[in-house]
Amino acid sequence: MKAVVVQFPGSNADWDAMRALRDVVNIPTEFVFHKSATLPAGTDLVVLPGGFAHGDYLRCGAIARFSPIMADVRRHAEKGGFLLGICNGFQVLTEAGLLPGALTRNAHLRFECRDVRVRVESEGAFTAGLLGDELRIPIAHAEGRYQADEATIAALEKDRRVAFRYVGDNPNGSRNDIAGVYGGPKRNVLGLMPHPERACEPALGSADGKKILAAITRATLAR
Amino acid sequence: MSEPVVDAALAREHGLSNEEYDRACSALGRTPSFTELGVFSVMWSEHCSYKSSRVHLSRLPTKGKRVIQGPGENAGVVDIGDGWTAVFKMESHNHPSYIEPFQGAATGVGGILRDVFTMGARPVALMNSLRFGAPDHPKTRGLMTGVVAGIAGYGNAIGVPTVAGDVQFDSAYNGNILVNAFALGVARKDKLFFGRAAGVGNAILYVGARTGRDGIHGATMASAEFDEESEAKRPTVQVGDPFMEKLLLEACLEIFNADVLEGVQDMGAAGLTSSTVEMAGRAGTGVELDLDLVPRRAKKLLPYEILLSESQERMVMVARPGMEDRVLEICKKWDLDACVIGRVTDTGRWVVKATPGYDPLGGEPQPSEDQKKVFVDIPVPVLTDDAPKYERPCVEDPRKQERFAFDAGSLPFDAKSDLLAILSSPNVGSRAWVYRQYDHIVRVGTAVRPGAADAAVIRVFCDDSMNGTTPMPREKWLAVKSDCNGRFCELDPKTGAQMAVAEVCRNLACVGAEAIGLTDCLNFGSAQRPEIMAQFRDAIDGMRDACVALDVPIVSGNVSLYNETEGPDGPQAILPTPMLGAVGLIEKPNDVVTMGFKRSGDVVALLGPVGEGALGGSEFVWTKTGKIQGKPPTIDLAMEARLQKLLVSLARRGLLSSAHDCAEGGIGVALAECAIATNMGAAVSIPNGTSSAAALFGEDPTRVIVSFLPQQEELVRRAASEAAVPLLVLGKTGGDALDIEGGPSWTVFELATAHAKALQPVVG
Repeated sequence: MKAVVVQFPGSNADWDAMRALRDVVNIPTEFVFHKSATLPAGTDLVVLPGGFAHGDYLRCGAIARFSPIMADVRRHAEKGGFLLGICNGFQVLTEAGLLPGALTRNAHLRFECRDVRVRVESEGAFTAGLLGDELRIPIAHAEGRYQADEATIAALEKDRRVAFRYVGDNPNGSRNDIAGVYGGPKRNVLGLMPHPERACEPALGSADGKKILAAITRATLAR
Repeated sequence: MSEPVVDAALAREHGLSNEEYDRACSALGRTPSFTELGVFSVMWSEHCSYKSSRVHLSRLPTKGKRVIQGPGENAGVVDIGDGWTAVFKMESHNHPSYIEPFQGAATGVGGILRDVFTMGARPVALMNSLRFGAPDHPKTRGLMTGVVAGIAGYGNAIGVPTVAGDVQFDSAYNGNILVNAFALGVARKDKLFFGRAAGVGNAILYVGARTGRDGIHGATMASAEFDEESEAKRPTVQVGDPFMEKLLLEACLEIFNADVLEGVQDMGAAGLTSSTVEMAGRAGTGVELDLDLVPRRAKKLLPYEILLSESQERMVMVARPGMEDRVLEICKKWDLDACVIGRVTDTGRWVVKATPGYDPLGGEPQPSEDQKKVFVDIPVPVLTDDAPKYERPCVEDPRKQERFAFDAGSLPFDAKSDLLAILSSPNVGSRAWVYRQYDHIVRVGTAVRPGAADAAVIRVFCDDSMNGTTPMPREKWLAVKSDCNGRFCELDPKTGAQMAVAEVCRNLACVGAEAIGLTDCLNFGSAQRPEIMAQFRDAIDGMRDACVALDVPIVSGNVSLYNETEGPDGPQAILPTPMLGAVGLIEKPNDVVTMGFKRSGDVVALLGPVGEGALGGSEFVWTKTGKIQGKPPTIDLAMEARLQKLLVSLARRGLLSSAHDCAEGGIGVALAECAIATNMGAAVSIPNGTSSAAALFGEDPTRVIVSFLPQQEELVRRAASEAAVPLLVLGKTGGDALDIEGGPSWTVFELATAHAKALQPVVG
């Protein structure tokens, strides 16, 4: 199995993703700079990490979708390759049209960093065997309020493409408490605001995030 | 365009005294040019020259077995073993943050980060020490929300976790807030970089953001008191761009790894001027710059403006012979502007050339060499080692004894309600509103988060590549904390400073870390006033005493004077606030101890002397009277050193379940915080009972509340006795209430609720 972490200028949780994938879950992982035209051959999983790609100027993720690497990332996803957008990566995926909806300013208008509880709401490449599980994972964002028009929300719910929902309290005012969304032809694309890669080691307070990264390893081996 | 005529009057407008102007004229043997006057004004400002503080600073202990680089470089460097170092510094951004809170605080973070990564270090943690005016002062809310948002805006974006800090309020800061930013990085011992313009003929490169007009004379502004017109100084506040800094950081680390540099320095206060002057000064060389080549974003910049601009996110690099192209190539990858702007010379002079009237943004062709004119030609030492240095008069404040006379025993006291009132004081209660706005977990190293212990604990990765490509990098565990109780410094600067050093190191010991180095940020009022200089002198002496007793060096720092504002009753200075940032080393992750009670049935004990119950300058007195008064506690530094060694040793032996020091609010607040942290109560007795405020809320230093398994009690007792540190068992953990024997009881929920609402009166 091979994973890549895309480095946009301004990505800052690229190292977090590398650490979790390579050193904790033991998936061979490399960085790919956003100016590359193609993903390395044999890439199974692409991670768009957290951060402030291109400074998040204009709108979060709005410029990153034009980075050269994104054309191949799109091809990868359309072919059914695994694609994970965490926090800023989720924002990039919505801006790129690879996932529906948009992430807007938190309802309380502040950046918020703390642990939240999320429930796994549907099965897919990143959640196989985890349905109904509650995970404690941190958030760290100012623009994580998931919004979409009524029809899109209804379709997401009907197709069970809401991957994660906040439990207990909703930290940003997201519609339907949505924390993560599945997309792609085979639920192979996941975007979520919480940071599973920052909750993979007991020393950091929670290892619940490891379940998500371990699930993708199983899904790859199953292919 | 003709330049203003330079004379003593114009020099005074530039903040130079008549004597200083004469000194400049005689150093040059002529009248300085207008551009040179600007250079003198920033380089001889308090901010850059430390002219009033240098004579005192030399008394601080700066050496130690781990010290690789002490004060004088961009940051201090301490050995953390296995070929790796901790690089850290703290710096003030007080004046700009008062005038423009968001940008002032943001650029404070940006500046301190550059100081650290300039040394070749990957930044791994940030802290901030903040002081605001009275909680109900009309400006406090806006200043605090702006400062916190500015710190968050910069630190979160660049991706360095803000893991600790402290916030205090006092009316003395109404007109002068404090924003002290700390950054810590890690670097390989054999790959440190220094700010030296070495190697005659080497290229000097400009890297990063283009130069604009922002921040011109920022250093001079930071070296004067505020008056009614200070708000008009907003244009002298710099504007930060964390995205640009992130690119600069990654590009710099890649350049450092390529081994192509002789020296490097960030452009901070006084921008291109101080960076290149200091680099030449340290290397004993000269520098020649061509301003025609400087990248710019504002049209028609004068040499004066280019030299004094404090535009952010800029670096100066000196390349090894023939290596400049490699630097330029890496900058191109990161879409950064970079170009050669000069050369290192052997003249010992700082020479700046430019073509009068030339504006590269105007589309004109590059001027030829013979069109260029020398705008500045000053011997380097005149601006560095030979800058003015003053031994200003010191006279102790005569009001000190009056304040000591206050008797706190006369104040009304009710243990039950007073503890809740103190817990909900803005100076004591929860800081969650602040630290939740900071990304304190990015870089997956934060093992002890803000609010969970007396210090933050981070795991740092010693990654040889510095960019995350080393598989399974070696891990080190560091603790960081900043602190200073300005009230005690106000009442007695020397003892207050001793206690400030002791407390910040005790905070590290409480998490199981050995203090390995300190950085300071010395915030005081006007150097022109003898009573302020007496505070400064005494605080330095106090810091020295404590550093010697605890065997911890000060490896970097910063001085911020003139933190005062002219008021109707004369000058209002801040509390003397010698802020300390401390870095500690943890041997192994299992050593880490946090403050919350861990399991029911543990023994709760007080380590350290019970004390006299000193209430002078305490939170209790402040809550009741709104004033800082009474005789402050004193400290036995030898006992303090023994206590801290004992704590670290107990932690390393795995004997402690929890540890938390007694600070503002004394034993009462410390016990409550241990209970709140993990939602577990305790039944305890308070030494000397609960009939007086002194026993519950006295703030004697050198005391720590610990808990441990009952079966370990004998081992803990023996260790304490061998260390000659008193140990007094107070009771046992358990239940959902804090019960005081013969006194009141509070549910933990009740305590937590009071604690949680502490900042509500300030920020809503």
